[in-house]
Amino acid sequence: MSIHIHRENIMPKHSLLAGALLCLWAGASQADASLDALRAEIRQMRESYETRLAEMENRLRLAETRAASFATTPAPTPATAPATPAPLPAHATAANSLNPEVSLVLQGSYAERKSGERAITGFLTGGHDHGDERGFKADHTELTLAANIDPNLRGYANIAFADDEVEVEEAWFQTLGLGNGFSVKGGRFLSGIGYANEQHPHVWDFADNNLMYSVLFGEHFGQDGLQFKWLAPTDTFLELGVELGRGGNFPGSEDGGNKNGAGAWAAFAHVGDDVGVSHSWRAGLSYLEAKPRDRESHVEDLNDVEAETLFSGKSKTWVADLVWKWAPDGNPKARNFKFQAEYFHREEDGDFTCVDNGPAGLCNGTTDDYDSRQSGWYAQAVYQFMPRWRAGIRYDRLDSGDVDIGLNSAFLPVADYRPDKWSLMADYSPSEYSRFRLQLARDHSMDGSPDNHQLTLQYIHNLGPHGAHRF
Amino acid sequence: MLSRLIFLSLLLALQCIPAARAAVNVLACEPEWAALTLELGGERVRATSATTARQDPHHIEARPSLIARARNADLVVCTGADLEIGWLPLLLRESGNPRIQPGQPGYFEAADFVRLLDKPASLDRGQGDVHAAGNPHLHADPRNLLKVADALAQRLARIDSAQAAHYGARNRDFQARMSAAIARWESEAASLRGMPVVAHHKSWTYLADWLGLRVVADLEPKPGIEPSVASLSALLERLKSQPARLILRTAYQAAKPSEWLAQRAGIPALELPYTVGGSPAATDLFGLFDDTIGKLKAASR
Repeated sequence: MSIHIHRENIMPKHSLLAGALLCLWAGASQADASLDALRAEIRQMRESYETRLAEMENRLRLAETRAASFATTPAPTPATAPATPAPLPAHATAANSLNPEVSLVLQGSYAERKSGERAITGFLTGGHDHGDERGFKADHTELTLAANIDPNLRGYANIAFADDEVEVEEAWFQTLGLGNGFSVKGGRFLSGIGYANEQHPHVWDFADNNLMYSVLFGEHFGQDGLQFKWLAPTDTFLELGVELGRGGNFPGSEDGGNKNGAGAWAAFAHVGDDVGVSHSWRAGLSYLEAKPRDRESHVEDLNDVEAETLFSGKSKTWVADLVWKWAPDGNPKARNFKFQAEYFHREEDGDFTCVDNGPAGLCNGTTDDYDSRQSGWYAQAVYQFMPRWRAGIRYDRLDSGDVDIGLNSAFLPVADYRPDKWSLMADYSPSEYSRFRLQLARDHSMDGSPDNHQLTLQYIHNLGPHGAHRF
Repeated sequence: MLSRLIFLSLLLALQCIPAARAAVNVLACEPEWAALTLELGGERVRATSATTARQDPHHIEARPSLIARARNADLVVCTGADLEIGWLPLLLRESGNPRIQPGQPGYFEAADFVRLLDKPASLDRGQGDVHAAGNPHLHADPRNLLKVADALAQRLARIDSAQAAHYGARNRDFQARMSAAIARWESEAASLRGMPVVAHHKSWTYLADWLGLRVVADLEPKPGIEPSVASLSALLERLKSQPARLILRTAYQAAKPSEWLAQRAGIPALELPYTVGGSPAATDLFGLFDDTIGKLKAASR
């Protein structure tokens, strides 16, 4: 700036032009100066990087020679821990060298069933059910993605594809580092109630769902919400959990979840341990409460015309579960046995509407009280009698219990029926990634329409990393 | 009176807390790592193994009892290289224990400190249950134990820094005893060099590499795929042109396939302890290799 003023004084005549030129020059020289500074800075940065790189290379060489010397003669180790602990090794495993872990489950079946639509008599159901279709069928294809989000969180998504349908079965995050046995899961997840609820169909030991879960949840109970779990610091496994969620799925309803606050909540406790080296078990008690509004179910009226019903009120479900596993010496690879049983009791109170179902139907939109007490259970045993081969048997039994539908009993049947079903299965797993299954069933779940000869052939194949399966 | 009682009980409780924390609680995935941890930690560690010598470490389940043990562990010591991939990740996630998560000081994988063999050139499940990182059965070569012991002693010293000198001293003692034992085993097993053997699974790659055994075939047609009568018959044919002296299996592998082949091929089938607890004599890491080499020599005579 001082130069500028000085020149202006010498050449006053051309001050305007000269001033402009000088301004440009001064500007340029200023730019030169800052460019130089920048260059110097870059040079400095490069030098510091080079020294750091050289340092790292040195450390690597040192580590290599140390490792080599260990191979021949054991080098003495420092008596005390190093002042700055060596960085912990990063673990590149097959499962997460691709980030995230990706796996795809292929499922399909051939089924023989009695013709006509089948329903479980005496229960209001919602949601979708697998295994009702006959003939050849490609089932849901499940895509699973999972990875650590950062050191504190893990993310997981399970997406099921079928014709004209993509369903986000699960999409959640889970904390890894809260400590003291606490963990929080948030997003869409399969509820921790019961035993089979957290299992996807490809993990089932039978080709179709048990009757209990079919009437309780359709397939299983998924929550949009939060799950809090605490694992007790005891030698015996004791886990307590609480869930708050939207309750948008059966026995809740989409309208019931559309509110400020939780449309459903659940609580569960699991206990488990080993008995000797060969036996292990887990038992649980769970409770689920949902507040559905205008929850839809489809039933046939007394004239056998399909009718839509709406339920608004409170739904309470208790589940008790037990799993017992045995393997010789606790080594399940060659032979193992698994027993699994669950029992439920459900109470629902509220208003019940049978929506007008046209001139042929009986319903006229009457709303009256609804009060039900229902229960059911299943028990199954699966035995792997030699490597690759398993056989299993399952018995399902439900009790339609006491159902009072008030004035609507003039239009709708009130069943007093105890659906039951026997299933036998045998499966063959050429490897731990593939399975072929044959299942025979005698299905008396629909009053007046027993199906004594159900046959299912099924395949389940897994592409991708090992899934670590739950107990 | 009451306040004094409370004060006294608090004092007692305070004394109990360090007592309870005194030992480092270690959950090892396999018996060999529990044994090594005990060698290095002595009375300063409480080490238990998630599996026994009769359990296939690929194929156990994340049982409730194991989740409860992971919950209280200060350190998990595992093989890594995907050996425990079917159950360990679930165990760690369900434990609610941040100390033992991968990347934390409380998570230790032996495979990080050893050069792995059988690293597959291509990854395809058509090749069976291949491990991308390489063969995980690395403890069957005792020279690997020296390397893992160095790293594990350092890790223990980091977790229980007040006792760092203790772990350093015990490691030096272990290195000296193990090195001497290795020299002895090597001279005892010199006669086994070049002996052709059949292995049930890739469990013996490191032992064969160390002692110079020649594994001419595996009973499993592909890694992790159980042998069938058809695959064993084909193997029997192959052994006619390429004879072997022994068929080796671990304590956790089914005896049937190796006995079937042994009868027809006219060579002995030998169950080696594989890990600590795999035979009555394999009570610790030294007993493990004493017994292994003794059995190999007896069977090869």
